[in-house]
This record gives sequence, structure tokens and C-alpha cells, in this order.
Amino acid sequence: MAPIDYPQQAKESLLAGIVALALTVPMMGLRTTSGQDGMVIDIRMGDAALTTLGVAVGHFVISLIRQALQQRSPKETKTEKSARLKSVAIWIGWASFAFALTLPVTLNLTENLGLHDKTRYYLDIGILVLTYVMLGWGLNIVVGLAGLLDLGYVAFYAVGAYSYALIAAHFGWSYWVCLPLAGLFAAFFGVILGFPVLRLRGDYLAIVTLGFGEIVRVVLLNWYQFTGGPDGLSRIPRPDFFGLPFKRSSSEGETFHQFFGLDYSSIHRIIFLYYLIFILALITNAFTLRIRKLPVGRAWEALREDEIACRSLGLNPTNTKLTAFAIGAMFGGFAGAFFATRQGFISPESFTFIESAVILAIVVLGGMGSQIGVVIAAAVLIGGTEMFRGLEEFRMLAFGMAMVAIMVWKPRGLLANREPTVKLHGDKEAKP
Amino acid sequence: MSMLTVSGVETFYGAIQALHGVDIHVEEGEIVTLIGANGAGKSTLLMTICGSPQARTGSIVFESEDITALPTHQIMRKGISQSPEGRRIFPRMTVLENLKMGAAFSEPANFDTDLEQVYTLFPRLKERAEQRGGTLSGGEQQMLAIGRALMSRPRLLLLDEPSLGIAPMLVRQIFTAIKQINVQQGVTILLVEQNAYHALRLAHRGYVLVNGTIQMTGAGKDLLARPEIRAAYLEGGAT
Ligand SMILES: Nc1ncnc2c1ncn2[C@@H]1O[C@H](COP(=O)(O)OP(=O)(O)OP(=O)(O)O)[C@@H](O)[C@H]1O
Ligand SMILES: [Mg+2]
Repeated sequence: MAPIDYPQQAKESLLAGIVALALTVPMMGLRTTSGQDGMVIDIRMGDAALTTLGVAVGHFVISLIRQALQQRSPKETKTEKSARLKSVAIWIGWASFAFALTLPVTLNLTENLGLHDKTRYYLDIGILVLTYVMLGWGLNIVVGLAGLLDLGYVAFYAVGAYSYALIAAHFGWSYWVCLPLAGLFAAFFGVILGFPVLRLRGDYLAIVTLGFGEIVRVVLLNWYQFTGGPDGLSRIPRPDFFGLPFKRSSSEGETFHQFFGLDYSSIHRIIFLYYLIFILALITNAFTLRIRKLPVGRAWEALREDEIACRSLGLNPTNTKLTAFAIGAMFGGFAGAFFATRQGFISPESFTFIESAVILAIVVLGGMGSQIGVVIAAAVLIGGTEMFRGLEEFRMLAFGMAMVAIMVWKPRGLLANREPTVKLHGDKEAKP
Repeated sequence: MSMLTVSGVETFYGAIQALHGVDIHVEEGEIVTLIGANGAGKSTLLMTICGSPQARTGSIVFESEDITALPTHQIMRKGISQSPEGRRIFPRMTVLENLKMGAAFSEPANFDTDLEQVYTLFPRLKERAEQRGGTLSGGEQQMLAIGRALMSRPRLLLLDEPSLGIAPMLVRQIFTAIKQINVQQGVTILLVEQNAYHALRLAHRGYVLVNGTIQMTGAGKDLLARPEIRAAYLEGGAT
């Protein structure tokens, strides 16, 4: 296997970029438009530069991927394959982490350079994708690790959102108090719903959770005095930056931009929300990675594989499932609280079955139990459909086709490679 | 006082009665084997001891405690351990993870010692520690099932057909290991077997189960000598 020749690749990509530049400058950079007194030439070098950059970088990435694929020896063993998949997954993971971490800065810089003017729009999509990443990771605990097919996950999302909205509105507590409370409420709900239904298995569990999801929505819809029914709850308090509100001015003290000596901009709040959901999602991920290595996490996975064997090892299946259900619900609740504070308005319409289905699709397409798979699936399903909002009527069609394609080529999900949670402790063998 | 006393146990699957009043007892330090034809109720008896399904009538007493009506997960934390029929290892988990699951309810400080003990008994498992359970050979899976059951430091070990589907060479190895578990680690063993020859030679005592009732009992060597046993369970000679 020859190592990849990076300088050579870079040279070729540069060449591709130059060709692209030569083509785009006349074709895209100079555009004729009909002005008041005849044709005028509209100079749009920004577009040309962006396209050129896209071609060069794209060429580089694609050729690297192609080489990496070619390097794969034809008679790869299972262990080799899983090691390679693992390194690819780690690489994608860090790349997405870096991308997500720097996205607001990148967007801001590129906007200042005049390459686009949609920072706010892209950040909103980013927030949406990250919300679904978090929901996917939360549901992954239930479906991917514990193997409990939950079709009503949106119920916990709703419970979190409504608890946050009601607590924040009635008691006026800060976001940082209400958020954990909303999570706890959702977890509590998980236990209450889970207790009767977790005795059921497979298909039956799926149907009953589906029913519970709908019941929660119907209750929200009809309990008018408490939840506002179909009108929903509005004027949900916005989060503040540890006591500093994101406002132009405040009668109660300093605001965020005054404290930091910045000019007021509505984008501050969006960036804050972006990082808030980013951190919440990272917490979910860190929690999942950690708990998988603990006895309870391993018990979830074992339970998914063989319930009878688990019982014969002294495991109480009901309690074990209940913890998975409650913890998954808790993260759904956190995401719900975030959703409520971001929207400022919630109604039962946001918590329909289709939401559960989308979150489940993210988990399943990502490859059940794979953390990075969830990120990719969320980016494709949510980001993708959001980007193509213009083609509204084709969204569901594309969604369906993407699913069929994945099920045909990757029937076990995008990254269906389970990582062992314990390693052989290295040099113990030397000891007598 | 016997370590385990099963008296008058009747077990049903819905309306079907699988055990018709079974009485057996196992003394501390023994290897007791249970032989019988397919469908005689051997696995049912082992599972009834574990509380899944529970006995409808009769009683099961382990170390002076009535465990008849306890839920399975509680019974299995009392010093009883089982390698169930069909092995039931966790296929997507590695050998080491499987063994960790076996130790889920024992003192974490004992883990390394217990693991070393299992590895000494089955060196093959050590070589395969990072391999996924589902990719092990049948014999290795059986070793893993027994090893996993040992990780909880049981005083009574229930084994359901450890020789099923295993080549004669490996069968001998497994039976040697069972003997070692009994002698060196002092674990009492109740062994269900189709392979009556090996089982009766190994065991101190044996029971013959026919259609849900105990038909014969005696010392292993004595049972092996009886012509009716030879005719019913050892046709085709000893393997
Ligand atoms: N889950 C079940 N539901 C209904 N009937 C069952 C169930 N399990 C076992 N039986 C029945 O109970 C009887 C005893 O079965 P059991 O599995 O205990 O036999 P066995 O002696 O272990 O046989 P083998 O040597 O083939 O394993 C059989 O008639 C069987 O069909
Ligand atoms: Mg059986």
C-alpha cells in the first residue's frame, strides 16, 4: 500500500481550481443584466471565487477519499475492516466537532468578506441540526443501546418544552434552573410511562409507546387552562447569558452587549443559542460514551442482545430498561426546554408523530448505537431537507428515497460498528 | 441439610404440564447429573429452580431459604449461577464484555482474580478476549457460557447440556473443566446432559427424568452399570 502523496494531490487540486477560475471569471464573475440604459455588466467576482474554492477543495477531498478507498486491500479481514471503519468514524467525528465549533466564526468571517449574507439563516439551520443530533443521541440510548423501540419519543420532548415554559412563566426562575427541572420532569414521565409498558416486547412496546406519544399530544391539546390547548404557550422567557439579557437595553441592569462593550446585534442571541445546544448535545454524547463503559450501560446492551441470559445473570430487566427509558427521556426533556426557549412559542403542533419518526429515522439510519452515525444522519435528513425547502413538495419524496437508498446499500445503518467497551488490560499477562 | 432441595415440584407451560412432582436434592460439594430423553423436562427443571417459569406447586429450598416464589433476578444473586440451554452468550459483545456481564453483581475487587481463574480453566478464552462472542466456535461459546456463569462466584452451578453440538475432543476438555470447577473451586454442580456416559462417569449421583417425573436415581457408576440405562441412553456405545 503506497502512502497518499499529499503534495501531488494538492498540485492537481490547484490545477483544477485554476481551470475553474478561468471558466468562472467570464461565466459567473461577469454577468450581464438589463439596467435602465441598456445592458450593464454586473461584476460578481465573489461568486467566482467561492466556486473556484469549492472546486479546488472538493477535488482534493474527493481524490483523498478515492485513494483511501483504493488502498483498501481486496481481502480485508473483519478486524481490519472494523479498525478502518473505526478510524474513519473518529476522523469524521473530530472533523464535525471542529466544523460545528467554528461554524459561527466561519460564517461571520465569510459574511464580512462578502461571500454570503445569510449568517443568521445558516446558524438557524445549525441550531436545528444540533437539536436533532441531541434528540438522536437521547433516543439512541433507548433504541440503540437498550434496544427498546420507542415510537413516542416526542412525548418527552414535549414534556420538557411544556415544563420549561410553564415553570419559567409561573415562577420566573432563570433558564439555568428551569432547564434541569424540565429534564427531571421528562425523566419522571419516562418512569411513569415506562413502568407499565416495559414489560412488553418488540412490536408491542413500539405500538404502546406510539400510543403514549399521541396521548401526551392530545392531553396538551385539550387541557386548555393549563397548556393553552391548540393556541399553545407564547412569550416563553428567553435565555440570558448568566444574568445578562440579550436586549438592546434593559431597565434592570446591564445587557449582554453593554457588559462586553459590543455593538448591539440580534445575532449575539443566535450565536449563544447555537453554542448552548452545541454544549447540551456534547453533554449528551459524553454521558452516553461514559455510561456505555459502566455496568448499567453494558447491561442495556446485553439486554438488547438476550433478555433471558441477562435474567439468569441476576439482572432485573424491568429496572434496567426503566433507567434507559428515563435517561433517554431526560435528554429529550433538555432538548425540549431548549426548543421552547429558542422558539419563544410552543404548541402541540410541534410534537406530532412525524417528529418521533424523524428522530427514530436519524437513529436507525445512523446505525443503531453509533454516535457519529447520528450526526451524519441528522445533518443529511434535517440540514438537507432544510436547505431544499424551496422544493417543498419533493422533500418527503427525497426523504423516502434517501432512506430506501441507505437501507439498500447500508442495511445496518451508516456506521453500524459496535465498539467494545473494555479492553484487555495490556501487560497484566506478565504477572504470575 | 442439603444445599438444594426440590420437593414435589410441578411446572406448567400454560395448560401443558411439564413437571409432574419432581423431588431431587443436591448436597454441598457434589456433582449431580440429570439425564433423560428429549422433552423429558430437564431444562424445565433447571429453569424452574431459577424461577422462570415458577413452580405451580411444591417447594425449592436453597441453603435453607425458600426461593420458590422469588423472581429470577433475585434467585440468581443468591449464589446460584446458570449456563443456560443454547449457551445464550451475547453475540455482539466481546468475550471480555461477556465475562464482565457475568460479574455484574459481584464485588468489583474480585474481578481480576476471578477472570484469571476463568482464563486458567479455559486458556482459549484469554486468546480470544477481544473477539466478539458471536464469532466464536460452538465449543468456545460453551466455554464462555460456563466462564460467564463462574464470574459471579456461585456456590451452585447449573449447567444445561454443555456438550451439545461439540466435537468429542472438546467434550472431554469441557468435562475435565467441570471436574476442576468442582474439585478445585469447590463449586457444587447440577448438570443436565444428553451425553449420559460422560455425565454419569463424572457425577457423584444421577437422576433419570422421564416425562416429567424422576424414574431412577443412584450413584453415577451404579446407574451406568444398569442394563435399562445402557439400553435407553447409551445405545451405540460409549462416546
Ligand atoms: N416455553 C415453553 N412453552 C411450552 N412448552 C414448553 C416450553 N418449554 C418447554 N416446553 C415443553 O415442556 C416439555 C419439557 O421440555 P424441556 O425443554 O424441559 O425438555 P428437555 O428435557 O430439556 O429436552 P432436551 O433434551 O431436548 O433439551 C416439552 O414437552 C416441551 O415441549
Ligand atoms: Mg433441554
